[in-house]
Amino acid sequence: MKNFLFVLRHPPHEGAGIRESLDMVMTVAAFDQSVRVLFLDDGVFLLKLGQCPHNPNLKPTSPLFAALEIYDVEGLWVEQESLAERGLGLANLILPVQTIRREEIAFFLATADIVVAC
Amino acid sequence: MKFAIQINSAPWESQGCETAYQFSRAAISLGHEIHRIFFYYEGAYNGLRWMAPPEEETPLLRRWSALATEQSVDLVICISAAQRRGLLEQTEAKRVGKLDDDLAFGFRIAGLGLWIDACLKADRFLVFGA
Repeated sequence: MKNFLFVLRHPPHEGAGIRESLDMVMTVAAFDQSVRVLFLDDGVFLLKLGQCPHNPNLKPTSPLFAALEIYDVEGLWVEQESLAERGLGLANLILPVQTIRREEIAFFLATADIVVAC
Repeated sequence: MKFAIQINSAPWESQGCETAYQFSRAAISLGHEIHRIFFYYEGAYNGLRWMAPPEEETPLLRRWSALATEQSVDLVICISAAQRRGLLEQTEAKRVGKLDDDLAFGFRIAGLGLWIDACLKADRFLVFGA
């Protein structure tokens, strides 16, 4: 078993990227590997409460994250500074997450066998 | 050492594809193993048979095909990434009533299972054009 860490740094609706990224996350989980997801920079907007993709061509992406639980993806991590710099706090997020400080990120990345930035 | 490689950008989109190609050639020539290269996101376009870039640009497509033939590198394009972008191989095209035959020589289309398989068997996993 390998320890995968996905680093999501892009906001929702920047193309279909997030769907493709989550396909990878769920595939890894389906293969019984250890999976953590780290939300960094604008990636924290993926978890923001109250998203209203009014444009009918945009499918909401936040329900996809709720599905992660079904796939046993338990380690959802958010960088504290990324939240604070965007005026967000844990109460603004759709899911319970664990937080990590910027100074801990390098060590966090080093604990993974495979890091996938997407 | 065994490497697994993932490519995320289209050939015209970033230097990543060329760098990945150069890395693969260099690694193999030094005796390392590259069993599979997995093309994801816009990287799916690397296997589009009908690309016709201007002559002064690098013929990256021919190089990938040559790498597959000469070194038996498994060039795999993710099926969902490919379908989303209209890149269909013949069997799949027939299934959905289209006439496409879009895959360049040396490439094949398969699922993310092969990506995981490559990751699990490799000593190092590298992503290009992220």
